[in-house]
Amino acid sequence: MDIALGQTLVFGILVGALYGLVALGLSLVFGVTKLLNVAHGELLMIGGFVSFWAFSLYGVNPFLTIAISMVALFLLGAFLYKLIFARTVKLPEETKIKNTLLVAFGLSIILQNLALRFWTADERGISTEFLRTSFTVLGIRFPVVKLANLVIAVFFLVALQLFLRKTYIGKAIRATVQNWEAAYLMGIDIHKVYLLSFAIGAALAAVAGTLVTLNFSIQPNMGLNWTLKALIVMVLGGLGSIPGTFIGGLVLGVTESATSYFISSNYREIAGLVLFLLVLIFRPQGLLGAKEA
Amino acid sequence: MLSIDKIDVFYRELQAIWGISLEVNEGEIVALVGPNGAGKTTTLNTISGLLKPASGDIRFLGKSLGKEPPNKIVELGISQVPEGGKIFTGMSVFENLELGAFVPEARKVKGQSIERVYEIFPRLLERHKQLAGTLSGGERQMLAIGRALMACPKLLMLDEPSFGLAPILVEHMFEMIEKINQMGVTILLVEQNIQAALNLAHRAYLLENGRIVGQGNLTDLLSFESVRSSYLA
Repeated sequence: MDIALGQTLVFGILVGALYGLVALGLSLVFGVTKLLNVAHGELLMIGGFVSFWAFSLYGVNPFLTIAISMVALFLLGAFLYKLIFARTVKLPEETKIKNTLLVAFGLSIILQNLALRFWTADERGISTEFLRTSFTVLGIRFPVVKLANLVIAVFFLVALQLFLRKTYIGKAIRATVQNWEAAYLMGIDIHKVYLLSFAIGAALAAVAGTLVTLNFSIQPNMGLNWTLKALIVMVLGGLGSIPGTFIGGLVLGVTESATSYFISSNYREIAGLVLFLLVLIFRPQGLLGAKEA
Repeated sequence: MLSIDKIDVFYRELQAIWGISLEVNEGEIVALVGPNGAGKTTTLNTISGLLKPASGDIRFLGKSLGKEPPNKIVELGISQVPEGGKIFTGMSVFENLELGAFVPEARKVKGQSIERVYEIFPRLLERHKQLAGTLSGGERQMLAIGRALMACPKLLMLDEPSFGLAPILVEHMFEMIEKINQMGVTILLVEQNIQAALNLAHRAYLLENGRIVGQGNLTDLLSFESVRSSYLA
Protein backbone atom coordinates (compact mmCIF):
# COMPACT_ATOMS: atom_id res chain seq x y z
CA MET A 1 0.00 0.00 0.00
CA ASP A 2 1.03 3.53 -0.68
CA ILE A 3 2.82 4.85 2.40
CA ALA A 4 1.32 8.29 2.13
CA LEU A 5 -2.15 6.80 2.05
CA GLY A 6 -1.33 4.55 5.00
CA GLN A 7 -0.06 7.57 6.87
CA THR A 8 -3.31 9.39 6.11
CA LEU A 9 -5.37 6.50 7.45
CA VAL A 10 -3.28 6.21 10.60
CA PHE A 11 -3.52 9.93 11.31
CA GLY A 12 -7.24 9.81 10.65
CA ILE A 13 -7.70 7.03 13.18
CA LEU A 14 -5.49 8.66 15.81
CA VAL A 15 -7.28 12.01 15.52
CA GLY A 16 -10.62 10.23 15.20
CA ALA A 17 -10.05 8.56 18.57
CA LEU A 18 -9.83 12.04 20.05
CA TYR A 19 -13.06 13.03 18.28
CA GLY A 20 -14.73 9.99 19.82
CA LEU A 21 -13.53 11.02 23.24
CA VAL A 22 -14.76 14.59 22.70
CA ALA A 23 -18.24 13.25 21.98
CA LEU A 24 -18.24 10.60 24.71
CA GLY A 25 -19.25 12.98 27.52
CA LEU A 26 -21.87 14.73 25.42
CA SER A 27 -23.30 11.38 24.39
CA LEU A 28 -23.46 10.10 27.98
CA VAL A 29 -25.22 13.25 29.22
CA PHE A 30 -27.66 13.21 26.33
CA GLY A 31 -28.32 9.50 26.69
CA VAL A 32 -29.13 9.74 30.40
CA THR A 33 -30.72 13.16 30.86
CA LYS A 34 -31.91 13.86 27.29
CA LEU A 35 -30.30 17.27 27.74
CA LEU A 36 -28.32 18.57 24.79
CA ASN A 37 -25.53 20.52 26.44
CA VAL A 38 -24.25 22.88 23.75
CA ALA A 39 -21.77 24.23 26.31
CA HIS A 40 -19.92 20.89 26.14
CA GLY A 41 -17.19 22.50 24.04
CA GLU A 42 -16.71 25.20 26.68
CA LEU A 43 -16.36 22.57 29.40
CA LEU A 44 -13.73 20.94 27.20
CA MET A 45 -12.00 24.31 26.80
CA ILE A 46 -11.97 24.95 30.56
CA GLY A 47 -10.67 21.42 31.14
CA GLY A 48 -7.85 22.16 28.70
CA PHE A 49 -6.97 25.38 30.52
CA VAL A 50 -6.95 23.67 33.90
CA SER A 51 -4.43 21.19 32.51
CA PHE A 52 -2.46 24.01 30.93
CA TRP A 53 -2.32 25.74 34.32
CA ALA A 54 -1.24 22.61 36.15
CA PHE A 55 1.48 22.04 33.55
CA SER A 56 2.80 25.58 33.18
CA LEU A 57 2.49 26.77 36.80
CA TYR A 58 3.31 23.62 38.71
CA GLY A 59 5.16 21.57 36.13
CA VAL A 60 2.83 18.58 36.43
CA ASN A 61 3.42 15.80 33.90
CA PRO A 62 1.03 16.45 30.95
CA PHE A 63 -0.64 13.06 31.32
CA LEU A 64 -1.10 13.50 35.07
CA THR A 65 -2.82 16.84 34.48
CA ILE A 66 -5.70 14.78 33.09
CA ALA A 67 -6.55 13.57 36.59
CA ILE A 68 -6.46 17.09 38.07
CA SER A 69 -8.57 18.50 35.27
CA MET A 70 -11.08 15.65 35.58
CA VAL A 71 -11.64 16.29 39.27
CA ALA A 72 -12.01 20.03 38.68
CA LEU A 73 -14.50 19.57 35.85
CA PHE A 74 -16.42 16.85 37.70
CA LEU A 75 -17.06 19.38 40.47
CA LEU A 76 -17.78 22.20 38.03
CA GLY A 77 -20.19 19.92 36.14
CA ALA A 78 -22.02 18.96 39.32
CA PHE A 79 -22.26 22.62 40.31
CA LEU A 80 -23.57 23.74 36.90
CA TYR A 81 -26.08 20.92 36.81
CA LYS A 82 -27.47 21.81 40.23
CA LEU A 83 -27.49 25.51 39.41
CA ILE A 84 -28.93 25.35 35.88
CA PHE A 85 -29.81 22.05 34.25
CA ALA A 86 -31.65 20.50 37.19
CA ARG A 87 -34.30 23.13 36.47
CA THR A 88 -34.84 22.09 32.86
CA VAL A 89 -34.40 18.32 33.04
CA LYS A 90 -38.02 17.48 33.93
CA LEU A 91 -39.81 20.14 31.91
CA PRO A 92 -42.29 18.92 29.29
CA GLU A 93 -40.52 17.83 26.08
CA GLU A 94 -40.83 20.97 23.95
CA THR A 95 -40.11 23.53 26.69
CA LYS A 96 -37.24 21.33 27.82
CA ILE A 97 -35.51 21.41 24.44
CA LYS A 98 -35.94 25.17 23.98
CA ASN A 99 -34.99 26.18 27.52
CA THR A 100 -32.02 23.84 27.68
CA LEU A 101 -30.60 25.18 24.42
CA LEU A 102 -31.15 28.73 25.60
CA VAL A 103 -29.48 28.36 29.00
CA ALA A 104 -26.66 26.24 27.58
CA PHE A 105 -25.86 28.85 24.93
CA GLY A 106 -25.93 31.50 27.65
CA LEU A 107 -23.64 29.38 29.77
CA SER A 108 -21.21 28.94 26.87
CA ILE A 109 -20.94 32.75 26.50
CA ILE A 110 -20.34 33.18 30.23
CA LEU A 111 -17.68 30.46 30.29
CA GLN A 112 -15.94 31.95 27.24
CA ASN A 113 -15.74 35.36 28.87
CA LEU A 114 -14.55 33.98 32.17
CA ALA A 115 -11.84 32.11 30.29
CA LEU A 116 -10.85 35.34 28.51
CA ARG A 117 -10.39 37.03 31.88
CA PHE A 118 -8.38 34.23 33.39
CA TRP A 119 -6.26 33.13 30.46
CA THR A 120 -6.53 35.96 27.85
CA ALA A 121 -7.24 35.27 24.18
CA ASP A 122 -3.79 33.83 23.47
CA GLU A 123 -3.52 30.37 22.05
CA ARG A 124 -2.03 27.97 24.55
CA GLY A 125 -0.74 24.48 24.27
CA ILE A 126 1.28 21.90 26.12
CA SER A 127 4.34 20.42 24.51
CA THR A 128 7.32 18.52 25.86
CA GLU A 129 10.31 16.80 24.37
CA PHE A 130 8.68 13.41 24.88
CA LEU A 131 5.38 14.45 23.31
CA ARG A 132 7.19 15.61 20.17
CA THR A 133 8.91 12.27 19.60
CA SER A 134 7.52 9.74 17.22
CA PHE A 135 8.51 6.36 15.90
CA THR A 136 8.20 4.78 12.54
CA VAL A 137 6.78 1.37 11.65
CA LEU A 138 6.83 0.22 8.00
CA GLY A 139 7.51 3.77 6.96
CA ILE A 140 4.47 5.14 8.77
CA ARG A 141 5.07 7.70 11.46
CA PHE A 142 3.36 7.39 14.86
CA PRO A 143 3.75 10.59 16.92
CA VAL A 144 3.60 9.86 20.65
CA VAL A 145 1.05 12.58 21.29
CA LYS A 146 -1.36 11.18 18.70
CA LEU A 147 -0.90 7.60 19.87
CA ALA A 148 -1.82 8.85 23.33
CA ASN A 149 -5.22 9.87 21.88
CA LEU A 150 -6.00 6.32 20.94
CA VAL A 151 -4.72 4.75 24.15
CA ILE A 152 -6.48 7.24 26.41
CA ALA A 153 -9.72 7.25 24.42
CA VAL A 154 -9.92 3.45 24.47
CA PHE A 155 -9.10 3.44 28.16
CA PHE A 156 -11.95 5.79 29.04
CA LEU A 157 -14.35 4.09 26.65
CA VAL A 158 -13.72 0.73 28.32
CA ALA A 159 -13.77 2.25 31.81
CA LEU A 160 -17.11 3.92 31.16
CA GLN A 161 -18.59 0.73 29.72
CA LEU A 162 -17.40 -1.31 32.71
CA PHE A 163 -18.76 1.31 35.10
CA LEU A 164 -22.17 1.23 33.42
CA ARG A 165 -22.33 -2.56 33.06
CA LYS A 166 -20.72 -3.89 36.21
CA THR A 167 -21.26 -1.46 39.07
CA TYR A 168 -24.51 -1.12 40.97
CA ILE A 169 -24.65 2.63 40.48
CA GLY A 170 -23.88 2.14 36.77
CA LYS A 171 -26.79 -0.28 36.51
CA ALA A 172 -29.00 2.30 38.20
CA ILE A 173 -27.95 4.79 35.52
CA ARG A 174 -28.85 2.32 32.75
CA ALA A 175 -32.16 1.57 34.44
CA THR A 176 -32.93 5.28 34.51
CA VAL A 177 -32.15 5.50 30.78
CA GLN A 178 -34.43 2.58 29.96
CA ASN A 179 -37.38 3.76 32.05
CA TRP A 180 -36.96 6.59 34.49
CA GLU A 181 -40.38 6.13 36.05
CA ALA A 182 -39.75 2.49 36.83
CA ALA A 183 -36.28 3.39 38.16
CA TYR A 184 -37.82 6.02 40.41
CA LEU A 185 -40.31 3.42 41.67
CA MET A 186 -37.38 1.11 42.53
CA GLY A 187 -36.14 3.73 44.96
CA ILE A 188 -33.43 5.06 42.63
CA ASP A 189 -32.97 8.79 43.18
CA ILE A 190 -33.09 9.72 39.51
CA HIS A 191 -32.07 13.31 40.21
CA LYS A 192 -28.82 12.04 41.70
CA VAL A 193 -28.38 9.83 38.64
CA TYR A 194 -28.76 12.89 36.38
CA LEU A 195 -26.35 14.92 38.51
CA LEU A 196 -23.75 12.17 38.50
CA SER A 197 -24.03 11.58 34.75
CA PHE A 198 -23.65 15.27 34.03
CA ALA A 199 -20.59 15.51 36.27
CA ILE A 200 -19.03 12.43 34.62
CA GLY A 201 -19.78 13.98 31.22
CA ALA A 202 -17.93 17.13 32.28
CA ALA A 203 -14.99 15.09 33.58
CA LEU A 204 -14.80 13.30 30.20
CA ALA A 205 -14.82 16.71 28.51
CA ALA A 206 -11.80 17.55 30.68
CA VAL A 207 -9.91 14.50 29.41
CA ALA A 208 -10.70 15.47 25.83
CA GLY A 209 -9.75 19.09 26.57
CA THR A 210 -6.36 18.04 27.88
CA LEU A 211 -5.70 15.97 24.76
CA VAL A 212 -6.74 18.89 22.55
CA THR A 213 -4.21 21.01 24.46
CA LEU A 214 -1.54 18.42 23.73
CA ASN A 215 -2.49 17.84 20.07
CA PHE A 216 -3.46 21.30 18.92
CA SER A 217 -3.93 24.39 21.03
CA ILE A 218 -6.68 25.97 23.06
CA GLN A 219 -8.18 29.42 23.31
CA PRO A 220 -11.35 30.73 24.96
CA ASN A 221 -13.57 30.85 21.86
CA MET A 222 -12.85 27.38 20.52
CA GLY A 223 -15.76 25.73 22.33
CA LEU A 224 -18.44 25.89 19.67
CA ASN A 225 -16.20 24.20 17.09
CA TRP A 226 -15.75 21.24 19.37
CA THR A 227 -19.41 21.11 20.34
CA LEU A 228 -20.17 20.84 16.62
CA LYS A 229 -17.61 18.08 16.15
CA ALA A 230 -19.07 16.23 19.12
CA LEU A 231 -22.59 16.59 17.71
CA ILE A 232 -21.55 15.23 14.32
CA VAL A 233 -19.79 12.29 15.95
CA MET A 234 -22.73 11.58 18.24
CA VAL A 235 -25.20 11.49 15.35
CA LEU A 236 -22.82 9.41 13.22
CA GLY A 237 -22.44 6.83 15.94
CA GLY A 238 -26.09 6.70 16.94
CA LEU A 239 -27.60 8.71 19.79
CA GLY A 240 -26.93 7.21 23.16
CA SER A 241 -24.70 4.39 21.92
CA ILE A 242 -21.34 4.61 23.67
CA PRO A 243 -19.33 2.24 21.44
CA GLY A 244 -21.11 3.90 18.50
CA THR A 245 -19.79 7.28 19.60
CA PHE A 246 -16.24 5.99 19.47
CA ILE A 247 -16.74 4.44 16.02
CA GLY A 248 -18.35 7.71 14.90
CA GLY A 249 -15.21 9.54 15.98
CA LEU A 250 -12.98 7.22 13.98
CA VAL A 251 -15.19 7.57 10.91
CA LEU A 252 -15.07 11.35 11.12
CA GLY A 253 -11.31 11.37 11.66
CA VAL A 254 -10.63 9.11 8.69
CA THR A 255 -13.07 10.99 6.46
CA GLU A 256 -11.40 14.29 7.28
CA SER A 257 -7.88 13.09 6.65
CA ALA A 258 -8.88 11.21 3.49
CA THR A 259 -10.46 14.43 2.22
CA SER A 260 -7.25 16.35 2.84
CA TYR A 261 -5.31 13.65 1.02
CA PHE A 262 -7.51 13.11 -2.01
CA ILE A 263 -9.06 16.54 -2.45
CA SER A 264 -7.64 19.37 -0.39
CA SER A 265 -7.29 20.21 3.27
CA ASN A 266 -9.56 23.21 2.60
CA TYR A 267 -12.48 20.77 2.41
CA ARG A 268 -11.66 18.94 5.63
CA GLU A 269 -14.42 20.48 7.70
CA ILE A 270 -16.95 20.32 4.90
CA ALA A 271 -16.38 16.58 4.48
CA GLY A 272 -17.48 16.04 8.07
CA LEU A 273 -20.67 18.02 7.54
CA VAL A 274 -21.46 16.22 4.27
CA LEU A 275 -21.01 12.89 6.02
CA PHE A 276 -23.30 14.14 8.78
CA LEU A 277 -26.03 15.00 6.25
CA LEU A 278 -25.64 11.68 4.44
CA VAL A 279 -26.06 9.75 7.66
CA LEU A 280 -29.10 11.83 8.61
CA ILE A 281 -30.67 11.10 5.23
CA PHE A 282 -29.85 7.41 4.84
CA ARG A 283 -29.35 6.13 8.35
CA PRO A 284 -30.91 8.54 10.84
CA GLN A 285 -30.46 6.14 13.76
CA GLY A 286 -26.68 6.40 13.26
CA LEU A 287 -24.13 3.76 12.32
CA LEU A 288 -24.54 1.66 15.47
CA GLY A 289 -27.77 3.13 16.81
CA ALA A 290 -30.69 0.81 17.36
CA LYS A 291 -33.91 1.55 15.52
CA GLU A 292 -36.49 3.25 17.72
CA ALA A 293 -37.99 0.57 19.90
CA MET B 1 -51.55 1.51 57.58
CA LEU B 2 -52.19 3.69 54.55
CA SER B 3 -54.75 6.42 54.83
CA ILE B 4 -55.65 8.85 52.11
CA ASP B 5 -57.61 11.90 53.10
CA LYS B 6 -59.56 13.85 50.46
CA ILE B 7 -56.87 14.23 47.83
CA ASP B 8 -57.28 16.22 44.62
CA VAL B 9 -54.84 15.46 41.81
CA PHE B 10 -54.32 17.42 38.61
CA TYR B 11 -52.54 16.81 35.32
CA ARG B 12 -51.59 20.41 34.62
CA GLU B 13 -55.03 22.11 34.56
CA LEU B 14 -57.00 18.91 34.27
CA GLN B 15 -58.36 17.48 37.49
CA ALA B 16 -58.16 13.68 37.50
CA ILE B 17 -58.93 12.86 41.13
CA TRP B 18 -61.69 14.54 43.13
CA GLY B 19 -61.47 14.29 46.90
CA ILE B 20 -60.63 10.61 47.16
CA SER B 21 -60.30 9.11 50.65
CA LEU B 22 -59.40 5.52 51.33
CA GLU B 23 -57.85 3.26 53.95
CA VAL B 24 -55.72 0.16 53.70
CA ASN B 25 -55.16 -1.82 56.91
CA GLU B 26 -52.20 -4.02 57.63
CA GLY B 27 -52.51 -7.51 56.20
CA GLU B 28 -55.39 -6.69 53.86
CA ILE B 29 -55.86 -7.10 50.16
CA VAL B 30 -57.73 -4.03 49.00
CA ALA B 31 -58.86 -3.63 45.40
CA LEU B 32 -59.40 -0.43 43.49
CA VAL B 33 -61.78 -1.19 40.68
CA GLY B 34 -63.53 0.80 38.03
CA PRO B 35 -63.61 1.50 34.30
CA ASN B 36 -60.81 2.79 32.13
CA GLY B 37 -59.92 6.39 32.93
CA ALA B 38 -61.53 6.32 36.36
CA GLY B 39 -58.31 7.45 38.03
CA LYS B 40 -57.05 4.13 39.41
CA THR B 41 -53.51 4.44 38.06
CA THR B 42 -53.44 8.13 38.97
CA THR B 43 -54.28 7.21 42.55
CA LEU B 44 -51.41 4.69 42.71
CA ASN B 45 -48.98 7.14 41.10
CA THR B 46 -49.96 9.72 43.70
CA ILE B 47 -49.37 7.31 46.57
CA SER B 48 -45.96 6.37 45.17
CA GLY B 49 -45.06 10.05 44.74
CA LEU B 50 -44.81 10.27 40.93
CA LEU B 51 -47.69 12.75 41.16
CA LYS B 52 -48.34 15.16 44.00
CA PRO B 53 -51.80 15.89 45.39
CA ALA B 54 -52.86 19.54 45.08
CA SER B 55 -54.73 19.21 48.36
CA GLY B 56 -55.44 16.55 50.95
CA ASP B 57 -53.01 14.26 52.69
CA ILE B 58 -51.60 10.76 52.34
CA ARG B 59 -50.27 9.11 55.49
CA PHE B 60 -48.39 5.83 55.72
CA LEU B 61 -47.64 4.34 59.15
CA GLY B 62 -48.38 7.75 60.63
CA LYS B 63 -46.02 9.65 58.34
CA SER B 64 -47.21 12.17 55.77
CA LEU B 65 -46.08 11.34 52.22
CA GLY B 66 -47.12 14.70 50.81
CA LYS B 67 -43.66 16.10 50.14
CA GLU B 68 -41.63 12.90 49.75
CA PRO B 69 -40.13 11.94 46.36
CA PRO B 70 -40.78 8.40 45.03
CA ASN B 71 -37.40 7.04 46.13
CA LYS B 72 -38.09 8.06 49.76
CA ILE B 73 -41.54 6.50 49.61
CA VAL B 74 -39.98 3.20 48.51
CA GLU B 75 -37.66 3.47 51.52
CA LEU B 76 -40.67 3.90 53.78
CA GLY B 77 -42.03 0.57 52.55
CA ILE B 78 -44.35 1.14 49.60
CA SER B 79 -43.54 -0.49 46.26
CA GLN B 80 -45.51 -0.16 43.09
CA VAL B 81 -45.64 -2.59 40.20
CA PRO B 82 -46.41 -0.16 37.38
CA GLU B 83 -48.92 -0.78 34.63
CA GLY B 84 -47.49 -3.20 32.08
CA GLY B 85 -44.63 -4.06 34.42
CA LYS B 86 -42.13 -1.60 32.94
CA ILE B 87 -39.27 -4.01 33.42
CA PHE B 88 -35.81 -3.01 32.24
CA THR B 89 -35.87 -4.92 28.96
CA GLY B 90 -32.20 -4.32 28.14
CA MET B 91 -31.01 -6.02 31.31
CA SER B 92 -30.99 -9.58 32.55
CA VAL B 93 -33.67 -10.96 34.85
CA PHE B 94 -31.10 -11.05 37.65
CA GLU B 95 -30.09 -7.42 37.12
CA ASN B 96 -33.73 -6.35 37.19
CA LEU B 97 -34.18 -8.06 40.54
CA GLU B 98 -30.92 -6.62 41.81
CA LEU B 99 -32.10 -3.10 41.02
CA GLY B 100 -35.33 -3.76 42.88
CA ALA B 101 -33.28 -3.84 46.08
CA PHE B 102 -31.75 -0.42 45.52
CA VAL B 103 -32.78 1.23 48.79
CA PRO B 104 -30.20 0.77 51.60
CA GLU B 105 -32.34 -1.38 53.91
CA ALA B 106 -33.31 -3.74 51.11
CA ARG B 107 -29.75 -3.92 49.80
CA LYS B 108 -28.59 -5.44 53.09
CA VAL B 109 -30.86 -8.45 52.66
CA LYS B 110 -30.61 -8.70 48.86
CA GLY B 111 -29.48 -12.33 48.92
CA GLN B 112 -32.41 -13.53 51.01
CA SER B 113 -34.89 -11.49 49.00
CA ILE B 114 -33.70 -13.02 45.74
CA GLU B 115 -34.12 -16.51 47.22
CA ARG B 116 -37.65 -15.57 48.27
CA VAL B 117 -38.56 -14.25 44.82
CA TYR B 118 -37.16 -17.39 43.13
CA GLU B 119 -39.22 -19.46 45.53
CA ILE B 120 -42.43 -17.65 44.60
CA PHE B 121 -41.59 -17.52 40.89
CA PRO B 122 -39.31 -20.49 40.07
CA ARG B 123 -39.57 -19.51 36.40
CA LEU B 124 -37.45 -16.44 37.12
CA LEU B 125 -34.65 -18.63 38.48
CA GLU B 126 -34.68 -20.70 35.29
CA ARG B 127 -34.34 -17.53 33.24
CA HIS B 128 -32.15 -15.46 35.52
CA LYS B 129 -29.42 -14.85 32.93
CA GLN B 130 -31.81 -14.09 30.09
CA LEU B 131 -32.47 -10.56 28.86
CA ALA B 132 -35.74 -9.37 30.35
CA GLY B 133 -36.89 -8.23 26.90
CA THR B 134 -37.01 -11.85 25.73
CA LEU B 135 -39.52 -12.95 28.39
CA SER B 136 -43.15 -13.79 27.67
CA GLY B 137 -45.94 -11.54 28.91
CA GLY B 138 -46.62 -13.66 31.98
CA GLU B 139 -42.95 -13.91 32.86
CA ARG B 140 -42.54 -10.16 32.51
CA GLN B 141 -45.35 -9.60 34.97
CA MET B 142 -43.74 -12.10 37.37
CA LEU B 143 -40.46 -10.23 37.03
CA ALA B 144 -42.13 -6.89 37.68
CA ILE B 145 -43.73 -8.24 40.86
CA GLY B 146 -40.53 -9.97 41.92
CA ARG B 147 -38.57 -6.78 41.35
CA ALA B 148 -40.99 -4.82 43.54
CA LEU B 149 -40.73 -7.48 46.28
CA MET B 150 -36.95 -7.03 46.32
CA ALA B 151 -37.48 -3.68 48.05
CA CYS B 152 -39.03 -5.58 51.01
CA PRO B 153 -42.24 -3.56 50.88
CA LYS B 154 -44.79 -3.48 53.66
CA LEU B 155 -47.38 -2.36 51.15
CA LEU B 156 -47.29 -3.69 47.58
CA MET B 157 -49.33 -1.83 44.98
CA LEU B 158 -50.15 -3.73 41.79
CA ASP B 159 -51.40 -1.93 38.70
CA GLU B 160 -53.40 -4.30 36.48
CA PRO B 161 -51.33 -7.45 37.07
CA SER B 162 -53.72 -9.44 34.88
CA PHE B 163 -53.49 -7.11 31.91
CA GLY B 164 -52.81 -8.95 28.68
CA LEU B 165 -52.49 -12.36 30.30
CA ALA B 166 -54.27 -15.51 29.14
CA PRO B 167 -57.15 -16.50 31.48
CA ILE B 168 -55.25 -19.46 32.88
CA LEU B 169 -52.31 -17.20 33.71
CA VAL B 170 -54.59 -14.65 35.34
CA GLU B 171 -55.78 -17.30 37.74
CA HIS B 172 -52.21 -18.29 38.52
CA MET B 173 -51.22 -14.65 38.99
CA PHE B 174 -54.00 -14.10 41.50
CA GLU B 175 -52.93 -17.19 43.43
CA MET B 176 -49.43 -15.75 43.60
CA ILE B 177 -50.75 -12.43 44.90
CA GLU B 178 -52.66 -14.27 47.61
CA LYS B 179 -49.49 -16.17 48.52
CA ILE B 180 -47.52 -12.92 48.77
CA ASN B 181 -50.22 -11.50 51.01
CA GLN B 182 -50.00 -14.55 53.26
CA MET B 183 -46.29 -13.85 53.63
CA GLY B 184 -47.26 -10.65 55.42
CA VAL B 185 -47.30 -8.10 52.62
CA THR B 186 -50.31 -5.80 52.52
CA ILE B 187 -51.70 -5.39 49.01
CA LEU B 188 -53.43 -2.61 47.12
CA LEU B 189 -54.60 -3.92 43.79
CA VAL B 190 -55.85 -1.98 40.79
CA GLU B 191 -57.90 -4.07 38.40
CA GLN B 192 -60.26 -3.81 35.49
CA ASN B 193 -60.99 -7.49 35.80
CA ILE B 194 -63.53 -6.71 38.51
CA GLN B 195 -64.83 -10.20 39.13
CA ALA B 196 -61.37 -11.67 39.71
CA ALA B 197 -60.35 -8.71 41.86
CA LEU B 198 -63.45 -8.91 44.02
CA ASN B 199 -62.95 -12.64 44.57
CA LEU B 200 -59.45 -12.05 45.82
CA ALA B 201 -59.76 -8.84 47.79
CA HIS B 202 -61.03 -8.45 51.33
CA ARG B 203 -62.46 -5.05 50.49
CA ALA B 204 -62.74 -2.88 47.42
CA TYR B 205 -63.33 0.68 46.34
CA LEU B 206 -65.22 1.48 43.17
CA LEU B 207 -63.89 4.47 41.24
CA GLU B 208 -65.68 6.37 38.50
CA ASN B 209 -64.59 9.64 36.91
CA GLY B 210 -62.01 10.32 39.58
CA ARG B 211 -64.38 9.84 42.49
CA ILE B 212 -65.09 6.97 44.83
CA VAL B 213 -68.66 5.91 44.19
CA GLY B 214 -68.82 2.80 46.31
CA GLN B 215 -66.93 0.65 48.75
CA GLY B 216 -67.23 -2.50 50.76
CA ASN B 217 -66.79 -6.23 50.35
CA LEU B 218 -67.79 -8.45 47.46
CA THR B 219 -71.51 -8.53 48.22
CA ASP B 220 -71.70 -4.80 48.95
CA LEU B 221 -70.17 -3.91 45.62
CA LEU B 222 -72.23 -6.41 43.68
CA SER B 223 -75.31 -4.52 44.83
CA PHE B 224 -74.19 -1.53 42.77
CA GLU B 225 -76.17 -1.29 39.64
CA SER B 226 -73.22 0.10 37.66
CA VAL B 227 -70.99 -2.79 38.63
CA ARG B 228 -73.55 -5.37 37.69
CA SER B 229 -74.58 -3.80 34.42
CA SER B 230 -71.08 -2.90 33.23
CA TYR B 231 -69.04 -5.84 34.32
CA LEU B 232 -71.05 -8.83 35.32
CA ALA B 233 -73.71 -8.85 32.69
